[in-house]
Amino acid sequence: MAAGPMRMRATLGAGYTDVRVLMSHPMETGQRKGSDGKLIPLHFIQNVTVKVNGKTVVEGQISQAISRNPVFSFRIKGGAKGDKIEVSWLDNQGETNSTETAVA
Amino acid sequence: MFVKRRGLLKAAGALGALLAAGLLRPIAALAATWNKEAFAAKSAADALKSLGAAGAEASGAIAIEAPQIAENGAVVPIEILSNIPGTTSIAVLIEKNPFPLAGRFDFMEGALAFVKLNVKMGETSDVRAVATAGGKSYTATKEIKVTIGGCGG
Repeated sequence: MAAGPMRMRATLGAGYTDVRVLMSHPMETGQRKGSDGKLIPLHFIQNVTVKVNGKTVVEGQISQAISRNPVFSFRIKGGAKGDKIEVSWLDNQGETNSTETAVA
Repeated sequence: MFVKRRGLLKAAGALGALLAAGLLRPIAALAATWNKEAFAAKSAADALKSLGAAGAEASGAIAIEAPQIAENGAVVPIEILSNIPGTTSIAVLIEKNPFPLAGRFDFMEGALAFVKLNVKMGETSDVRAVATAGGKSYTATKEIKVTIGGCGG
């Protein structure tokens, strides 16, 4: 399975903005065998970056222990309707993807 | 005609160099921020050492929200909130996973020290959260029982 699209939602909470993002990614551990009995090579997201209005606020480094099709929630201090949230990732094979949304 | 073509080639070459310098570098820089040593550690103690958090002090101000029993080890939701003022990073370790360190998140101005993520767990294990604030490390754990492991397949 190749990496697919991302989905994201950013909503105003009590004093913070809740950012929930879904990434389509196999997150292979390198320990699982395919139908041909061979090990499926390691393939996982390593870096996750969250930006608000172009400014980086969270930088995550993750391992293959994160579940397939990762879902993360982050909280941004304050925030206002229309703020631009951008989340991007980079995996160990150099694949990358990003998505952006406005705070609703 | 030939001169023009040469000029075009030169321009193309310059553009290529620009692309290589301008576009490839940020990716390399991003990749460099992945702590290979900590992620390759096979024990939580070694991973903590690589993160520079070996002497982390137990703290009640780190809240770990997770199910007591996870039926499916492939997707275990964990929510971590650090109430320690000035928290700049949170690391998540699944002590009994083959490579315990699951993630490390750095929080800059504008973000709360909070993260929710789904992890794979091979077996029942303590989940350890390590928060860094003002150059010091604090830690809290919570045990999650796993009925079906999520690391094989």
